[in-house]
Amino acid sequence: MTMELSPGRLSRRDYAASCLGLGSFIAFLLMVEALIRLGLLNRFIIPPPSEIIASFGRLFLEENIVHRFFFTAGECLIAGVMVTICGIGIGVVMQRFNLLQRACETWVAAFASAPLVLTYPLFMVIFGRNAWTIIMMGFLSALPPVILKTIEGISGTRKVLVNVGRSFNLTATQQFWKILFPAALPTIFVGIRLGLIFALINVVGTEFLINFGGLGQLINDLAERYDLAGTYAAICFVILVSVLFFMALEKAERWLRPVN
Amino acid sequence: MPSSAPSDAILVADDIVVQFDTPEGPITAVDNVSLKVRPGEFLSIIGPSGCGKSTLFNVIGGLLGHYQGAVNVAGETISGPHKSIGMVFQEESTFPWRTVTDNVAFPLELVGMPKRERIERARHFIKLVGLDGFENRYPGELSGGMRQRVSLARTLASEPKILLMDEPFAALDEQTRLLLGDKVLQIQQQLKQTTLLITHNITEAVQMSDRILVMTYRPGKLKRIVDIDLPRPRTSEIVGSEAFGRYVAQIWNDLREEANRGMRDEEKNALHPGDRAL
Repeated sequence: MTMELSPGRLSRRDYAASCLGLGSFIAFLLMVEALIRLGLLNRFIIPPPSEIIASFGRLFLEENIVHRFFFTAGECLIAGVMVTICGIGIGVVMQRFNLLQRACETWVAAFASAPLVLTYPLFMVIFGRNAWTIIMMGFLSALPPVILKTIEGISGTRKVLVNVGRSFNLTATQQFWKILFPAALPTIFVGIRLGLIFALINVVGTEFLINFGGLGQLINDLAERYDLAGTYAAICFVILVSVLFFMALEKAERWLRPVN
Repeated sequence: MPSSAPSDAILVADDIVVQFDTPEGPITAVDNVSLKVRPGEFLSIIGPSGCGKSTLFNVIGGLLGHYQGAVNVAGETISGPHKSIGMVFQEESTFPWRTVTDNVAFPLELVGMPKRERIERARHFIKLVGLDGFENRYPGELSGGMRQRVSLARTLASEPKILLMDEPFAALDEQTRLLLGDKVLQIQQQLKQTTLLITHNITEAVQMSDRILVMTYRPGKLKRIVDIDLPRPRTSEIVGSEAFGRYVAQIWNDLREEANRGMRDEEKNALHPGDRAL
């Protein structure tokens, strides 16, 4: 007996969901536009969506948005790769050594909720006003969720799966790579997703604060020039970075673990 | 004390004693249990809940380190999981991230068998458990009974000398359980697989076994050994026979007293959690 839905039916549902999502977004934009035009919303605080859309061309021609987009995406990518390697590694070590986990888990969790972006002057002193300060801010802020979710994922592996590994005389390394790691992957990916959110916020935030780099610096410039339409258009590119990373992450997860 | 101990045993458990420390003091889960299993024999261990059956499963499977006594497999004293013992667990134990074929090929992958060969071997065992056509499915797409068959095929693929099963059909409905019992019997008879089944289901035990070891409620001791003299090859059709009914009644007579004791003990513990009976 199979509990799987037929592929055709599934894709129709996906299509309907996408259409509904896009439709509701367009409806929201039209509603904002109407409220501004009716004078119910202040156009000097919220620019009309039509003006935001019109300013995209200007961003390409005058603000070098493509270069800035790739600059910010690159910083996020480096921070993301670093956090994936280090976060999973630290999480595995902490889970392996109970004393270390009990000693450190609380303050790692505390770091997750701390406004680490405020420590940027320290990193400016260490790395200077360059991309590494931004990358390190992204990396550090993303580290706690990846560590915590790695610990949770490995600890949460069903005991019977571990016993299956033991019954087949797996070595500790085989036990990790063939059972613990794949079993923990869905939870680890939750951590990476959360980490990437923190990384992106902190990368753009630090670019904004130190007035250096990609989209964050552009948003700072445009806001200071009171170019609100341009500012919101630049924010759309930040969202685009986020969307691209999440899509790539989803692909990676499907590749590593086709079903959960 | 039970007798009927075969001399040419492939598996011997000698005076197994297992104690657990609890806040209320040590509890003896298994008390001086000895058993011997002949090559090709189907032996079942039956007892009420809490009699230490699963603890004994873990001892024989090498998953439990702290116990007194010894377990010998083909003359070798084991100190951990032994390659000659293949285990099928009570809980669902397939790897959800692997297809049926990859699950079954898992032990072959561990010994470094080339991919093409191991897939071919895996397909043989998938067919043996009646899952051909589902090779590329994931466990999440299968029913509970099918997943247990994947676990069984995976264990059989490692070609163990002894198949050790801990209530593998406990989570299944009665009809599926009987039909899977047929499948296990068929495989066991076909491969002449030495099998040790832990169960609390009398019908299942009588349907499949050559001998049944009845255990007492806590502390788990051997109460009686029952030789099942029913013709082979067997199927679930035997469940309707008169002889089958007699065996079931005989074992239930032994178990009823133990099950009652277990129930009284549980009620007492529920009323007075501090005065746990040892």
